Amino acid sequence: MLEVHGLSCERGERLLFENLSFSVRAGELLRIAGVNGSGKTTLLRLLCGLAPPDEGEIHWDGQRIRTTSEAWRRNTSYIGHNLGVKLELTPLENLRFARAIGGATSTEPLEALLDRVGLYGFEYDPCRTLSQGQRRRVALARLMFSNTRLWVLDEPFVALDAAGIDFLAGLLAHQTGRGGMVILTTHQDTPLKNKIVKQLHLDAVAP
Amino acid sequence: MNQTPLHEPGLFEVFGTVLKRELTLAFRHRGELINPLMFFVIVITLFPLGIGPELNTLQRISPGIIWVAALLATLLSLDTVFRSDFEDGSLEQMVLSPQPLPLIVVAKLAAHWMLTGLPLILLAPLLGYMLAMPPEALLPLMATLALGTPVLTLVGAIGVALTVGLNRGSALLSLLVLPLYIPLLIFAAGAVDTAASGMSITGHLLILGALLVFTLTLAPLAIAAALRISTT
Repeated sequence: MLEVHGLSCERGERLLFENLSFSVRAGELLRIAGVNGSGKTTLLRLLCGLAPPDEGEIHWDGQRIRTTSEAWRRNTSYIGHNLGVKLELTPLENLRFARAIGGATSTEPLEALLDRVGLYGFEYDPCRTLSQGQRRRVALARLMFSNTRLWVLDEPFVALDAAGIDFLAGLLAHQTGRGGMVILTTHQDTPLKNKIVKQLHLDAVAP
Repeated sequence: MNQTPLHEPGLFEVFGTVLKRELTLAFRHRGELINPLMFFVIVITLFPLGIGPELNTLQRISPGIIWVAALLATLLSLDTVFRSDFEDGSLEQMVLSPQPLPLIVVAKLAAHWMLTGLPLILLAPLLGYMLAMPPEALLPLMATLALGTPVLTLVGAIGVALTVGLNRGSALLSLLVLPLYIPLLIFAAGAVDTAASGMSITGHLLILGALLVFTLTLAPLAIAAALRISTT
């Protein structure tokens, strides 16, 4: 279980949010909403441990999170605004690298995985030649072989077409269905298939 | 999703995959591979042109010239070693990876050294010959470079990791890192000087070897810590 107590964050002189508390349990999806500049991305970076909060604490199974802790890193998958997809490499090479540094991952052949994510025929093209939506699919394919309990996704539906949105919604439902957790930000009202969807509106907590 | 069994790659597999990725990336930018080498050759070529062709003068200052040029060429090429990973989010993935970050860093730097340090070592005797270095000093020159260039890469990478998040980090990088190169420069150039005057350099090489072991042990930890700071 992920618990957040009294989280506050400043960027420059601006207070993004203050005294934020919530929790995410196994099987739950948390959708973080808010206008541009309300601190969604900043909050996600705090939640996966990339940045330390100015005030407050984030606990995972009762332990304070730190990226220096291997146990914590083993639990989390993060897809940020920057996808972590190398444009000079092919989707296959990108995934080979991601799987090597991804801890315990499924042994499903990467070609089959790329086929399922809708990149059949693009396995050997440099990602530079792919569209934005296809690059995002390469990043999403990382989730498909991951075995992590918490997924932290920054605007995962951006640039995806209808079929892609449907596929990702299915993937998220599968993650919570097997007892995992998802925290994501979205602008649009995306059709989610998860049973338990929690909402967090950052505008509401803004000072 | 996970009907297939799970597999956790071992440390050697991680090292190998990262090394291969870095080499692939470098060869996709083939044009940039040659830049540090050209820099190395051109800087060294400038000295005889500026100082004049007196062989005695050149011979005396040649170890220092070659070493300073190697140092600057390494620093120049290192500047970008984490840049593209930082910009496209790959660095965040490495920082959040369950695999040890120092291991990933060492794999990246090993690839970098193979493509810059190693060619410098191979080119050095030719440039030493051009600067009228006595033939018996050429092999010691290569030996000092072989022990010293990995140190240049590892120490430089600490500075690069600290400045990767800054927009104009290059000038700051030189200020941070160049002073740290001083001990290496003194012992390495001293070793080549000693060899040129026909004396044994075993002591010098042992000190350089110790420096290499020291940095290879501790620098990866420092680089990993610096990268964690830079990705916040």
